[in-house]
Amino acid sequence: MMIPLADLVTILPELIVVSAACLLLVLDPITPSNKKDLLAWMSVATLGVCFVVTAGSMGDRVFAFSDLVVVDGYASFWKLLLYVVSAMTILLSIGYLKEERIDLAEFYGFVLLSLTGMMIMVSGADLLVIYLGIELMSISLYIMAGFKRFEAKSIESSAKYFILGAFSSGLLLYGISLIFGATGSTRLVEIAAAVDARGLDDSMILIALMLVIVGFGFKVAAVPFHMWTPDVYQGAPTSVTAFMAVASKAASFGAFLRVMLEGFGGMKPNWSGLILGVCILTLILGNLVAIVQTNVKRMLAYSSIAHAGYALIGLVVAGWVGTEAGVSAKGVSSMMLYLAVYSFMTLGAFSIVAILRRGGEEGEDLDDFTGLAKRHKGAAFLMLLFMVSLAGIPPTAGFIGKFYLFMAAVNAGLTWLAVVGLIFAAVSAFYYLRVVMVMYMREPSPDQEGETRLALSPTAFVVLALAAAGVILFGLYPWPLVSLTATAALP
Amino acid sequence: MSVPVEFYMVLSGLVFIIGLVGVLVRKNLIIILLSIELMLNATNINFVAFSSHFGNLSGQVFVFFALTVAAAEVAVGLAIIIALYRHHASINVDDFRLLKW
Repeated sequence: MMIPLADLVTILPELIVVSAACLLLVLDPITPSNKKDLLAWMSVATLGVCFVVTAGSMGDRVFAFSDLVVVDGYASFWKLLLYVVSAMTILLSIGYLKEERIDLAEFYGFVLLSLTGMMIMVSGADLLVIYLGIELMSISLYIMAGFKRFEAKSIESSAKYFILGAFSSGLLLYGISLIFGATGSTRLVEIAAAVDARGLDDSMILIALMLVIVGFGFKVAAVPFHMWTPDVYQGAPTSVTAFMAVASKAASFGAFLRVMLEGFGGMKPNWSGLILGVCILTLILGNLVAIVQTNVKRMLAYSSIAHAGYALIGLVVAGWVGTEAGVSAKGVSSMMLYLAVYSFMTLGAFSIVAILRRGGEEGEDLDDFTGLAKRHKGAAFLMLLFMVSLAGIPPTAGFIGKFYLFMAAVNAGLTWLAVVGLIFAAVSAFYYLRVVMVMYMREPSPDQEGETRLALSPTAFVVLALAAAGVILFGLYPWPLVSLTATAALP
Repeated sequence: MSVPVEFYMVLSGLVFIIGLVGVLVRKNLIIILLSIELMLNATNINFVAFSSHFGNLSGQVFVFFALTVAAAEVAVGLAIIIALYRHHASINVDDFRLLKW
Protein backbone atom coordinates (compact mmCIF):
# COMPACT_ATOMS: atom_id res chain seq x y z
CA MET A 1 0.00 0.00 0.00
CA MET A 2 1.28 3.44 -0.92
CA ILE A 3 0.93 6.36 1.43
CA PRO A 4 -0.31 9.35 -0.58
CA LEU A 5 2.30 12.05 -0.90
CA ALA A 6 -0.22 14.73 0.07
CA ASP A 7 -0.66 13.08 3.47
CA LEU A 8 3.07 13.08 4.09
CA VAL A 9 3.31 16.75 3.14
CA THR A 10 0.56 17.52 5.66
CA ILE A 11 2.60 16.11 8.52
CA LEU A 12 5.90 17.48 7.19
CA PRO A 13 6.75 19.37 10.42
CA GLU A 14 6.28 16.22 12.51
CA LEU A 15 8.43 14.24 10.08
CA ILE A 16 11.19 16.86 10.20
CA VAL A 17 11.21 16.98 14.01
CA VAL A 18 11.17 13.21 14.50
CA SER A 19 13.92 12.65 11.91
CA ALA A 20 16.03 15.33 13.55
CA ALA A 21 15.48 13.65 16.92
CA CYS A 22 16.61 10.26 15.60
CA LEU A 23 19.57 11.86 13.82
CA LEU A 24 20.60 13.56 17.06
CA LEU A 25 20.50 10.28 18.99
CA VAL A 26 22.72 8.69 16.31
CA LEU A 27 25.12 11.62 16.03
CA ASP A 28 25.55 11.98 19.79
CA PRO A 29 28.06 9.15 20.37
CA ILE A 30 30.17 10.00 17.31
CA THR A 31 30.46 13.72 18.05
CA PRO A 32 33.62 14.77 19.91
CA SER A 33 32.69 16.10 23.33
CA ASN A 34 33.87 19.66 22.61
CA LYS A 35 31.51 19.88 19.62
CA LYS A 36 28.30 18.78 21.39
CA ASP A 37 26.93 22.33 21.27
CA LEU A 38 26.60 21.90 17.51
CA LEU A 39 23.88 19.30 18.13
CA ALA A 40 21.92 21.77 20.25
CA TRP A 41 22.21 24.37 17.50
CA MET A 42 21.11 21.76 14.98
CA SER A 43 17.93 21.12 16.96
CA VAL A 44 17.23 24.85 17.24
CA ALA A 45 17.72 25.17 13.47
CA THR A 46 15.27 22.27 12.95
CA LEU A 47 12.68 24.11 15.01
CA GLY A 48 13.29 27.24 12.94
CA VAL A 49 12.63 25.33 9.72
CA CYS A 50 9.45 23.81 11.17
CA PHE A 51 8.29 27.24 12.31
CA VAL A 52 8.55 28.52 8.74
CA VAL A 53 6.79 25.43 7.33
CA THR A 54 3.91 25.58 9.83
CA ALA A 55 3.51 29.36 9.60
CA GLY A 56 3.45 29.08 5.82
CA SER A 57 0.56 26.59 5.78
CA MET A 58 -1.40 28.36 8.49
CA GLY A 59 -5.14 28.75 8.04
CA ASP A 60 -6.38 25.93 5.83
CA ARG A 61 -8.01 22.89 7.41
CA VAL A 62 -6.54 19.69 5.95
CA PHE A 63 -7.33 16.13 6.93
CA ALA A 64 -4.79 13.38 6.29
CA PHE A 65 -4.41 9.62 6.70
CA SER A 66 -8.15 8.94 6.29
CA ASP A 67 -9.13 11.56 8.88
CA LEU A 68 -6.71 10.42 11.58
CA VAL A 69 -4.81 13.69 11.51
CA VAL A 70 -6.09 17.21 11.03
CA VAL A 71 -3.97 20.29 10.41
CA ASP A 72 -5.96 23.46 10.98
CA GLY A 73 -5.32 26.94 12.31
CA TYR A 74 -5.90 25.65 15.83
CA ALA A 75 -3.25 22.93 15.55
CA SER A 76 -0.84 25.30 13.82
CA PHE A 77 -1.19 27.88 16.60
CA TRP A 78 -0.20 25.35 19.25
CA LYS A 79 2.63 24.05 17.10
CA LEU A 80 4.09 27.53 16.61
CA LEU A 81 3.91 28.12 20.37
CA LEU A 82 5.52 24.73 21.05
CA TYR A 83 8.40 25.42 18.62
CA VAL A 84 9.19 28.69 20.38
CA VAL A 85 8.98 27.11 23.82
CA SER A 86 11.12 24.11 22.83
CA ALA A 87 13.75 26.32 21.22
CA MET A 88 13.90 28.43 24.38
CA THR A 89 14.21 25.28 26.51
CA ILE A 90 17.10 24.03 24.38
CA LEU A 91 18.87 27.39 24.51
CA LEU A 92 18.44 27.51 28.27
CA SER A 93 19.71 23.95 28.59
CA ILE A 94 23.00 24.51 26.75
CA GLY A 95 24.49 26.38 29.70
CA TYR A 96 22.38 24.75 32.41
CA LEU A 97 23.30 21.16 31.57
CA LYS A 98 27.01 22.03 31.63
CA GLU A 99 26.58 23.67 35.01
CA GLU A 100 24.86 20.53 36.32
CA ARG A 101 27.44 18.30 34.56
CA ILE A 102 24.78 16.41 32.64
CA ASP A 103 25.55 17.87 29.22
CA LEU A 104 24.61 14.86 27.13
CA ALA A 105 23.42 15.71 23.65
CA GLU A 106 20.68 13.07 23.78
CA PHE A 107 18.83 15.55 26.00
CA TYR A 108 18.04 17.59 22.89
CA GLY A 109 16.89 14.41 21.15
CA PHE A 110 14.41 13.82 23.96
CA VAL A 111 13.19 17.41 23.77
CA LEU A 112 12.48 16.91 20.07
CA LEU A 113 10.84 13.49 20.59
CA SER A 114 8.63 14.92 23.28
CA LEU A 115 7.83 17.85 21.00
CA THR A 116 6.81 15.37 18.27
CA GLY A 117 4.37 13.79 20.71
CA MET A 118 2.92 17.19 21.54
CA MET A 119 2.53 18.09 17.86
CA ILE A 120 0.74 14.80 17.23
CA MET A 121 -1.54 15.47 20.20
CA VAL A 122 -2.69 18.87 19.03
CA SER A 123 -3.35 17.73 15.47
CA GLY A 124 -4.87 14.34 16.24
CA ALA A 125 -8.44 13.93 14.98
CA ASP A 126 -8.72 10.39 16.34
CA LEU A 127 -8.41 9.28 19.96
CA LEU A 128 -5.83 6.65 18.96
CA VAL A 129 -3.55 9.30 17.46
CA ILE A 130 -4.05 11.61 20.44
CA TYR A 131 -3.24 8.75 22.81
CA LEU A 132 -0.04 7.91 20.90
CA GLY A 133 0.98 11.56 21.01
CA ILE A 134 0.37 11.74 24.76
CA GLU A 135 2.46 8.64 25.35
CA LEU A 136 5.35 9.79 23.16
CA MET A 137 5.38 13.10 25.02
CA SER A 138 5.10 11.49 28.46
CA ILE A 139 7.66 8.72 28.02
CA SER A 140 10.24 11.25 26.82
CA LEU A 141 9.41 13.48 29.78
CA TYR A 142 9.80 10.62 32.30
CA ILE A 143 13.35 10.16 31.05
CA MET A 144 14.11 13.88 31.05
CA ALA A 145 12.81 14.29 34.61
CA GLY A 146 15.35 11.72 35.77
CA PHE A 147 18.20 13.17 33.75
CA LYS A 148 20.28 13.98 36.85
CA ARG A 149 20.48 10.28 37.48
CA PHE A 150 23.18 10.56 40.16
CA GLU A 151 20.91 12.74 42.25
CA ALA A 152 18.26 10.90 44.28
CA LYS A 153 15.82 13.81 44.07
CA SER A 154 15.73 13.78 40.30
CA ILE A 155 15.23 10.01 40.01
CA GLU A 156 12.56 10.13 42.66
CA SER A 157 10.67 12.80 40.77
CA SER A 158 11.03 10.76 37.60
CA ALA A 159 9.60 7.66 39.32
CA LYS A 160 6.64 9.57 40.73
CA TYR A 161 5.96 11.13 37.36
CA PHE A 162 6.17 7.74 35.70
CA ILE A 163 3.78 5.97 38.09
CA LEU A 164 1.14 8.69 38.06
CA GLY A 165 1.58 9.40 34.36
CA ALA A 166 1.19 5.74 33.40
CA PHE A 167 -1.76 5.44 35.78
CA SER A 168 -3.50 8.41 34.20
CA SER A 169 -2.92 7.14 30.67
CA GLY A 170 -4.37 3.81 31.80
CA LEU A 171 -7.54 5.62 32.88
CA LEU A 172 -7.62 7.61 29.64
CA LEU A 173 -7.13 4.48 27.54
CA TYR A 174 -9.94 2.65 29.35
CA GLY A 175 -12.17 5.62 28.69
CA ILE A 176 -11.23 5.49 25.01
CA SER A 177 -12.08 1.76 24.88
CA LEU A 178 -15.52 2.46 26.36
CA ILE A 179 -16.04 5.24 23.83
CA PHE A 180 -15.15 2.77 21.10
CA GLY A 181 -17.67 0.35 22.56
CA ALA A 182 -20.41 2.94 22.78
CA THR A 183 -19.91 4.63 19.42
CA GLY A 184 -18.08 2.07 17.30
CA SER A 185 -15.33 4.49 16.39
CA THR A 186 -12.47 6.52 17.82
CA ARG A 187 -12.67 9.32 15.24
CA LEU A 188 -13.74 12.55 16.91
CA VAL A 189 -16.25 13.42 14.15
CA GLU A 190 -17.85 9.98 14.29
CA ILE A 191 -18.00 10.14 18.09
CA ALA A 192 -19.77 13.49 17.79
CA ALA A 193 -22.26 12.01 15.30
CA ALA A 194 -22.92 8.99 17.54
CA VAL A 195 -23.36 11.24 20.59
CA ASP A 196 -25.92 13.31 18.68
CA ALA A 197 -27.78 10.17 17.61
CA ARG A 198 -27.83 8.44 20.99
CA GLY A 199 -28.62 11.36 23.25
CA LEU A 200 -26.98 12.48 26.45
CA ASP A 201 -27.92 9.82 28.95
CA ASP A 202 -25.98 6.84 27.66
CA SER A 203 -24.29 5.59 30.83
CA MET A 204 -21.36 4.02 28.98
CA ILE A 205 -20.47 7.29 27.23
CA LEU A 206 -20.84 9.14 30.54
CA ILE A 207 -18.37 6.84 32.32
CA ALA A 208 -16.01 7.11 29.36
CA LEU A 209 -16.33 10.90 29.45
CA MET A 210 -15.43 10.95 33.14
CA LEU A 211 -12.36 8.77 32.55
CA VAL A 212 -11.22 11.00 29.67
CA ILE A 213 -11.61 14.12 31.81
CA VAL A 214 -9.64 12.48 34.64
CA GLY A 215 -6.90 11.39 32.22
CA PHE A 216 -6.52 14.87 30.78
CA GLY A 217 -6.89 16.38 34.25
CA PHE A 218 -3.70 14.60 35.25
CA LYS A 219 -1.87 15.85 32.18
CA VAL A 220 -2.84 19.51 32.65
CA ALA A 221 -2.33 19.23 36.44
CA ALA A 222 -5.80 20.30 37.53
CA VAL A 223 -6.99 19.69 41.09
CA PRO A 224 -7.78 16.96 42.28
CA PHE A 225 -5.37 15.29 39.85
CA HIS A 226 -2.40 17.50 40.65
CA MET A 227 -0.58 15.54 43.39
CA TRP A 228 2.37 14.69 41.17
CA THR A 229 3.05 18.26 40.03
CA PRO A 230 4.91 19.84 42.99
CA ASP A 231 7.15 16.83 43.56
CA VAL A 232 8.01 16.32 39.93
CA TYR A 233 8.58 20.02 39.24
CA GLN A 234 10.80 20.37 42.28
CA GLY A 235 12.94 17.29 41.67
CA ALA A 236 13.44 17.51 37.91
CA PRO A 237 16.29 19.55 36.38
CA THR A 238 15.02 23.14 36.11
CA SER A 239 15.11 23.38 32.33
CA VAL A 240 13.03 20.18 32.17
CA THR A 241 10.62 21.61 34.75
CA ALA A 242 10.20 24.69 32.59
CA PHE A 243 9.55 22.51 29.55
CA MET A 244 6.99 20.40 31.42
CA ALA A 245 5.24 23.36 33.00
CA VAL A 246 4.91 25.17 29.70
CA ALA A 247 5.01 22.88 26.66
CA SER A 248 3.35 19.75 28.02
CA LYS A 249 0.65 21.84 29.67
CA ALA A 250 -0.05 23.80 26.47
CA ALA A 251 -0.18 20.64 24.34
CA SER A 252 -2.41 18.82 26.83
CA PHE A 253 -4.79 21.77 26.91
CA GLY A 254 -4.77 21.85 23.11
CA ALA A 255 -5.73 18.18 22.83
CA PHE A 256 -8.17 18.37 25.77
CA LEU A 257 -10.09 21.23 24.16
CA ARG A 258 -10.28 19.52 20.80
CA VAL A 259 -11.56 16.27 22.32
CA MET A 260 -14.15 18.03 24.47
CA LEU A 261 -15.43 20.38 21.78
CA GLU A 262 -15.12 18.29 18.61
CA GLY A 263 -15.80 14.88 20.11
CA PHE A 264 -18.14 15.66 23.00
CA GLY A 265 -19.49 19.00 21.83
CA GLY A 266 -22.98 17.50 21.90
CA MET A 267 -22.66 16.64 25.59
CA LYS A 268 -21.87 20.10 26.93
CA PRO A 269 -24.63 19.92 29.60
CA ASN A 270 -22.93 16.79 30.97
CA TRP A 271 -19.42 18.09 31.28
CA SER A 272 -19.52 21.85 31.68
CA GLY A 273 -20.55 21.63 35.34
CA LEU A 274 -17.84 19.09 36.06
CA ILE A 275 -15.17 21.24 34.43
CA LEU A 276 -16.47 24.26 36.35
CA GLY A 277 -16.00 22.36 39.63
CA VAL A 278 -12.48 21.27 38.68
CA CYS A 279 -11.68 24.85 37.61
CA ILE A 280 -12.76 26.40 40.93
CA LEU A 281 -11.03 23.70 43.01
CA THR A 282 -7.85 24.26 41.00
CA LEU A 283 -7.99 28.02 41.54
CA ILE A 284 -8.53 27.62 45.29
CA LEU A 285 -6.00 24.91 46.04
CA GLY A 286 -3.27 26.06 43.64
CA ASN A 287 -3.27 29.62 44.96
CA LEU A 288 -3.69 28.85 48.65
CA VAL A 289 -1.02 26.15 48.88
CA ALA A 290 1.44 28.27 46.92
CA ILE A 291 1.38 30.81 49.77
CA VAL A 292 3.09 28.50 52.26
CA GLN A 293 5.91 27.30 49.97
CA THR A 294 9.48 28.29 50.75
CA ASN A 295 11.05 26.63 47.72
CA VAL A 296 10.68 28.82 44.64
CA LYS A 297 10.49 25.86 42.26
CA ARG A 298 7.72 24.30 44.34
CA MET A 299 5.96 27.65 44.58
CA LEU A 300 6.09 27.95 40.80
CA ALA A 301 4.70 24.41 40.54
CA TYR A 302 1.65 25.41 42.59
CA SER A 303 1.44 28.59 40.56
CA SER A 304 1.34 26.49 37.39
CA ILE A 305 -1.53 24.49 38.92
CA ALA A 306 -3.33 27.76 39.66
CA HIS A 307 -2.74 28.96 36.10
CA ALA A 308 -4.27 25.71 34.80
CA GLY A 309 -7.31 26.79 36.80
CA TYR A 310 -7.42 30.16 35.04
CA ALA A 311 -7.02 28.48 31.65
CA LEU A 312 -9.90 26.12 32.49
CA ILE A 313 -12.16 29.19 32.73
CA GLY A 314 -11.81 29.32 28.94
CA LEU A 315 -13.02 25.72 28.62
CA VAL A 316 -15.92 26.38 31.00
CA VAL A 317 -16.98 29.35 28.86
CA ALA A 318 -16.65 27.30 25.67
CA GLY A 319 -18.78 24.53 27.16
CA TRP A 320 -21.32 26.63 29.01
CA VAL A 321 -24.83 25.77 27.89
CA GLY A 322 -26.75 28.60 26.29
CA THR A 323 -23.79 30.67 25.14
CA GLU A 324 -23.79 31.66 21.51
CA ALA A 325 -21.18 30.27 19.15
CA GLY A 326 -19.32 33.61 19.11
CA VAL A 327 -18.96 33.70 22.90
CA SER A 328 -17.89 30.08 23.11
CA ALA A 329 -15.20 30.68 20.47
CA LYS A 330 -14.08 33.61 22.60
CA GLY A 331 -13.61 31.21 25.49
CA VAL A 332 -11.34 29.06 23.33
CA SER A 333 -9.33 31.96 21.94
CA SER A 334 -8.88 33.62 25.34
CA MET A 335 -7.57 30.35 26.71
CA MET A 336 -5.10 30.05 23.83
CA LEU A 337 -3.99 33.62 24.46
CA TYR A 338 -3.62 32.93 28.16
CA LEU A 339 -1.46 29.84 27.67
CA ALA A 340 0.74 31.68 25.14
CA VAL A 341 1.32 34.49 27.61
CA TYR A 342 1.75 32.03 30.49
CA SER A 343 4.47 30.25 28.51
CA PHE A 344 6.65 33.33 28.29
CA MET A 345 6.37 34.41 31.90
CA THR A 346 6.75 30.93 33.38
CA LEU A 347 9.73 30.08 31.18
CA GLY A 348 11.30 33.37 32.23
CA ALA A 349 10.77 32.69 35.93
CA PHE A 350 12.20 29.19 35.69
CA SER A 351 15.18 30.51 33.71
CA ILE A 352 16.07 32.83 36.57
CA VAL A 353 15.91 29.89 39.00
CA ALA A 354 18.10 27.87 36.62
CA ILE A 355 20.86 30.47 36.33
CA LEU A 356 20.91 31.48 40.00
CA ARG A 357 23.39 29.22 41.76
CA ARG A 358 24.72 28.78 45.26
CA GLY A 359 27.83 26.66 45.51
CA GLY A 360 27.31 23.68 43.22
CA GLU A 361 23.55 23.76 43.61
CA GLU A 362 20.67 25.67 42.16
CA GLY A 363 19.46 28.64 44.15
CA GLU A 364 15.90 27.42 44.38
CA ASP A 365 15.09 28.38 47.98
CA LEU A 366 13.42 31.65 48.78
CA ASP A 367 16.46 32.43 50.98
CA ASP A 368 18.69 32.35 47.92
CA PHE A 369 16.72 35.28 46.53
CA THR A 370 17.28 37.39 49.65
CA GLY A 371 18.80 40.72 48.70
CA LEU A 372 19.27 39.64 45.09
CA ALA A 373 18.65 43.22 43.92
CA LYS A 374 21.80 44.38 45.73
CA ARG A 375 24.06 41.98 43.90
CA HIS A 376 22.44 41.11 40.59
CA LYS A 377 20.31 44.07 39.57
CA GLY A 378 19.40 42.72 36.13
CA ALA A 379 18.33 39.26 37.31
CA ALA A 380 16.31 40.75 40.16
CA PHE A 381 14.58 43.16 37.79
CA LEU A 382 13.68 40.38 35.34
CA MET A 383 12.34 38.22 38.18
CA LEU A 384 10.29 41.23 39.29
CA LEU A 385 8.89 41.53 35.77
CA PHE A 386 7.93 37.85 35.56
CA MET A 387 6.41 37.84 39.05
CA VAL A 388 4.35 40.97 38.32
CA SER A 389 3.17 39.37 35.09
CA LEU A 390 2.30 36.05 36.76
CA ALA A 391 0.27 38.02 39.31
CA GLY A 392 -1.57 39.67 36.42
CA ILE A 393 -0.68 43.30 37.11
CA PRO A 394 -0.74 45.74 34.14
CA PRO A 395 1.05 46.68 31.93
CA THR A 396 2.42 43.15 31.59
CA ALA A 397 1.18 40.32 29.40
CA GLY A 398 -0.22 38.44 32.38
CA PHE A 399 -2.81 41.19 32.79
CA ILE A 400 -3.88 40.95 29.16
CA GLY A 401 -4.28 37.17 29.42
CA LYS A 402 -6.45 37.39 32.54
CA PHE A 403 -8.41 40.36 31.13
CA TYR A 404 -9.51 38.45 28.03
CA LEU A 405 -10.36 35.32 30.05
CA PHE A 406 -12.48 37.25 32.53
CA MET A 407 -14.15 39.21 29.72
CA ALA A 408 -15.07 35.92 28.02
CA ALA A 409 -16.54 34.67 31.31
CA VAL A 410 -18.58 37.88 31.73
CA ASN A 411 -19.85 37.61 28.13
CA ALA A 412 -21.04 34.08 28.82
CA GLY A 413 -23.03 35.31 31.83
CA LEU A 414 -20.53 33.83 34.30
CA THR A 415 -19.71 37.13 36.00
CA TRP A 416 -19.37 35.41 39.37
CA LEU A 417 -16.70 33.11 37.96
CA ALA A 418 -14.74 36.14 36.75
CA VAL A 419 -15.05 37.59 40.26
CA VAL A 420 -13.75 34.35 41.80
CA GLY A 421 -10.85 34.47 39.34
CA LEU A 422 -10.13 38.09 40.29
CA ILE A 423 -10.16 37.29 44.01
CA PHE A 424 -7.64 34.52 43.53
CA ALA A 425 -5.52 36.73 41.29
CA ALA A 426 -5.33 39.07 44.27
CA VAL A 427 -4.41 36.16 46.55
CA SER A 428 -1.70 35.08 44.11
CA ALA A 429 -0.18 38.58 44.16
CA PHE A 430 0.71 37.87 47.79
CA TYR A 431 3.11 35.02 47.08
CA TYR A 432 4.48 36.41 43.84
CA LEU A 433 5.22 39.79 45.38
CA ARG A 434 6.77 38.10 48.40
CA VAL A 435 9.59 36.99 46.11
CA VAL A 436 9.94 40.60 44.94
CA MET A 437 9.87 41.83 48.53
CA VAL A 438 12.58 39.37 49.55
CA MET A 439 14.76 40.45 46.62
CA TYR A 440 14.38 44.21 47.06
CA MET A 441 13.59 44.92 50.72
CA ARG A 442 15.95 42.56 52.52
CA GLU A 443 19.68 42.96 52.90
CA PRO A 444 21.70 39.95 51.84
CA SER A 445 22.79 38.39 55.13
CA PRO A 446 26.59 38.75 55.55
CA ASP A 447 27.44 35.05 55.66
CA GLN A 448 25.78 34.61 52.27
CA GLU A 449 27.73 37.43 50.65
CA GLY A 450 29.31 36.20 47.45
CA GLU A 451 27.81 32.79 47.76
CA THR A 452 25.07 33.09 45.20
CA ARG A 453 26.22 33.77 41.68
CA LEU A 454 24.69 33.94 38.25
CA ALA A 455 25.62 31.26 35.73
CA LEU A 456 24.49 33.39 32.83
CA SER A 457 25.50 31.80 29.54
CA PRO A 458 24.94 33.85 26.36
CA THR A 459 22.15 31.49 25.26
CA ALA A 460 20.39 31.77 28.63
CA PHE A 461 20.63 35.54 28.18
CA VAL A 462 18.83 35.20 24.84
CA VAL A 463 16.09 33.13 26.51
CA LEU A 464 15.64 35.71 29.27
CA ALA A 465 15.56 38.52 26.73
CA LEU A 466 12.95 36.68 24.63
CA ALA A 467 10.78 35.92 27.66
CA ALA A 468 11.01 39.51 28.92
CA ALA A 469 10.29 40.88 25.44
CA GLY A 470 7.25 38.59 25.21
CA VAL A 471 5.95 39.68 28.59
CA ILE A 472 6.37 43.40 27.83
CA LEU A 473 5.37 43.39 24.15
CA PHE A 474 2.21 41.31 24.60
CA GLY A 475 1.38 43.48 27.59
CA LEU A 476 1.64 46.76 25.68
CA TYR A 477 0.67 45.65 22.20
CA PRO A 478 -1.34 42.40 22.37
CA TRP A 479 -3.39 42.89 19.16
CA PRO A 480 -1.37 40.57 16.87
CA LEU A 481 -1.67 37.73 19.37
CA VAL A 482 -5.34 38.50 20.02
CA SER A 483 -6.24 38.41 16.33
CA LEU A 484 -4.12 35.29 15.77
CA THR A 485 -5.91 33.38 18.54
CA ALA A 486 -9.29 34.69 17.35
CA THR A 487 -8.76 33.31 13.85
CA ALA A 488 -7.20 30.07 15.07
CA ALA A 489 -9.84 29.21 17.68
CA LEU A 490 -12.04 26.18 17.23
CA PRO A 491 -15.60 27.22 16.29
CA MET B 1 -23.30 -19.41 19.65
CA SER B 2 -20.88 -16.76 20.73
CA VAL B 3 -20.34 -15.21 24.13
CA PRO B 4 -22.27 -11.91 24.44
CA VAL B 5 -20.18 -8.75 24.53
CA GLU B 6 -21.46 -7.85 28.00
CA PHE B 7 -19.54 -10.79 29.49
CA TYR B 8 -16.30 -9.41 28.10
CA MET B 9 -17.14 -5.99 29.47
CA VAL B 10 -17.66 -7.39 32.95
CA LEU B 11 -14.37 -9.29 32.71
CA SER B 12 -12.45 -6.24 31.54
CA GLY B 13 -14.16 -4.09 34.18
CA LEU B 14 -13.04 -6.51 36.90
CA VAL B 15 -9.47 -6.68 35.59
CA PHE B 16 -9.39 -2.87 35.36
CA ILE B 17 -10.61 -2.46 38.95
CA ILE B 18 -8.09 -5.00 40.24
CA GLY B 19 -5.36 -2.97 38.52
CA LEU B 20 -6.75 0.34 39.80
CA VAL B 21 -6.92 -0.86 43.39
CA GLY B 22 -3.47 -2.41 43.06
CA VAL B 23 -1.94 0.93 42.04
CA LEU B 24 -3.65 2.70 44.92
CA VAL B 25 -2.96 0.27 47.79
CA ARG B 26 0.27 -1.61 47.02
CA LYS B 27 3.62 -0.19 48.08
CA ASN B 28 6.06 -2.15 45.93
CA LEU B 29 6.92 -0.33 42.70
CA ILE B 30 7.08 -3.54 40.65
CA ILE B 31 3.61 -4.56 41.81
CA ILE B 32 2.36 -1.07 40.98
CA LEU B 33 3.86 -1.40 37.52
CA LEU B 34 2.15 -4.78 37.07
CA SER B 35 -1.14 -3.27 38.21
CA ILE B 36 -0.82 -0.55 35.58
CA GLU B 37 -0.23 -3.30 33.02
CA LEU B 38 -3.46 -4.95 34.20
CA MET B 39 -5.31 -1.70 33.57
CA LEU B 40 -3.90 -1.51 30.05
CA ASN B 41 -4.75 -5.16 29.37
CA ALA B 42 -8.32 -4.64 30.55
CA THR B 43 -8.48 -2.01 27.84
CA ASN B 44 -7.21 -4.51 25.30
CA ILE B 45 -9.92 -7.02 26.24
CA ASN B 46 -12.49 -4.28 25.68
CA PHE B 47 -11.08 -3.33 22.30
CA VAL B 48 -10.95 -6.88 20.99
CA ALA B 49 -14.43 -7.70 22.30
CA PHE B 50 -15.99 -4.59 20.80
CA SER B 51 -14.07 -5.12 17.62
CA SER B 52 -15.56 -8.57 17.07
CA HIS B 53 -18.95 -7.34 18.26
CA PHE B 54 -19.05 -4.59 15.64
CA GLY B 55 -17.23 -6.64 13.01
CA ASN B 56 -14.85 -3.65 12.86
CA LEU B 57 -11.12 -4.25 12.69
CA SER B 58 -10.01 -0.87 13.99
CA GLY B 59 -10.33 -2.08 17.58
CA GLN B 60 -7.78 -4.81 16.98
CA VAL B 61 -5.44 -2.30 15.36
CA PHE B 62 -5.78 -0.18 18.50
CA VAL B 63 -4.68 -3.18 20.58
CA PHE B 64 -1.44 -3.46 18.60
CA PHE B 65 -0.67 0.17 19.31
CA ALA B 66 -1.62 -0.17 22.98
CA LEU B 67 0.66 -3.20 23.35
CA THR B 68 3.58 -1.40 21.73
CA VAL B 69 3.12 1.67 23.89
CA ALA B 70 2.82 -0.48 27.02
CA ALA B 71 6.08 -2.25 26.16
CA ALA B 72 7.89 1.05 25.66
CA GLU B 73 6.47 2.36 28.90
CA VAL B 74 7.56 -0.70 30.87
CA ALA B 75 11.07 -0.48 29.42
CA VAL B 76 11.44 3.10 30.62
CA GLY B 77 9.67 2.35 33.90
CA LEU B 78 11.94 -0.56 34.81
CA ALA B 79 15.00 1.56 33.98
CA ILE B 80 13.74 4.27 36.34
CA ILE B 81 13.05 1.69 39.06
CA ILE B 82 16.59 0.29 38.73
CA ALA B 83 18.07 3.79 38.98
CA LEU B 84 15.90 4.42 42.03
CA TYR B 85 17.01 1.14 43.63
CA ARG B 86 20.65 2.22 43.28
CA HIS B 87 19.95 5.29 45.40
CA HIS B 88 17.65 3.90 48.06
CA ALA B 89 18.32 0.13 47.97
CA SER B 90 14.56 -0.20 48.14
CA ILE B 91 11.57 -0.08 45.83
CA ASN B 92 8.99 0.56 48.49
CA VAL B 93 7.17 3.82 47.79
CA ASP B 94 7.12 4.66 51.50
CA ASP B 95 10.92 4.98 51.46
CA PHE B 96 10.96 7.87 49.03
CA ARG B 97 10.60 10.94 51.18
CA LEU B 98 13.05 13.45 49.70
CA LEU B 99 10.11 15.19 48.08
CA LYS B 100 6.97 15.37 50.14
CA TRP B 101 4.07 13.70 48.33
